[in-house]
Amino acid sequence: MKARVIVTLKPGILDPQGKAIEGALKSLGVDGVESVRQGKVFEVELAAADKTKAETKLKEAAEKLLSNMVIENYRVEIL
Amino acid sequence: MKAAVLVFPGINRERDMARSLKLVSGKEAAMVWHTDPELPKGTDLVVIPGGFSYGDYLRCGAIAARAPIMDAVRKHADKGGLVLAVCNGFQIACEAGLLPGVLMRNAKMKFMCKEVHMRVERSDTPFTRRYNAGSVIRVPVAHGEGNYIADAETIARLEGENRVAFRYASADGEVDPHFNGSTNAIAGILSEKLNVLGLMPHPENHVDPVVGPTDGRRLFESLIETLEAA
Repeated sequence: MKARVIVTLKPGILDPQGKAIEGALKSLGVDGVESVRQGKVFEVELAAADKTKAETKLKEAAEKLLSNMVIENYRVEIL
Repeated sequence: MKAAVLVFPGINRERDMARSLKLVSGKEAAMVWHTDPELPKGTDLVVIPGGFSYGDYLRCGAIAARAPIMDAVRKHADKGGLVLAVCNGFQIACEAGLLPGVLMRNAKMKFMCKEVHMRVERSDTPFTRRYNAGSVIRVPVAHGEGNYIADAETIARLEGENRVAFRYASADGEVDPHFNGSTNAIAGILSEKLNVLGLMPHPENHVDPVVGPTDGRRLFESLIETLEAA
């Protein structure tokens, strides 16, 4: 089973990388970009065939390693 | 002093640290590989050195923080054992839950490699007893992610319990809030029991007069004095 874990910075956490990308987009003339926040996407292949079990595993992976709950949120998508 | 210096793939300051420990204490530190399940018997100081463990992949210190040796370090710290965590070591200690908060990318996106001043906030800790509170020391920094962040409640608690050990400052002790974006100019913090210190600057690089200032030496002398008094 294929899945994605998406990790994003919590609102209010300063994201200097996102700010730099935002500035670069503006200088490239990409109009209308109001703000950019950088996150991470993990593409995961799982042995589990059962959706609920897969979600439990991904949650475990996200909370144990893939995200730092002090500054980040995560969500899981089964593809 | 029986020091154990942890070694992870990608760490590069472990030799500087071992050299400084030897220079000040006269005793050889044990180098401990990250897959070891236990610390050497009788270890009374664990040092997590600086560098780029696992190439800073995922988040700085995140992968090293989950290494087998870290369970032993947590046990050591829970029993009140001393832990000194410098630079990448500070990031690892935060990721491992030994210290609260997290070190984010420097606010100006720059890797800061220079000598800075920091103000010693208190002198009644195992790491700072040979300094005077309020004194300003010179130490090198070399980091891209030293911007200390925690939620408002954690910051209030750290400040309320006087657990900020060092702050970035000017040469005359004026706090510098703009150095790397770090909340309240925090350069180093202590655990609740004051037995774990995490700091971004490198006191181990200012120990030997052959290479320059020796303002970092007192930190190691403090540790020796603490362990001898125990």
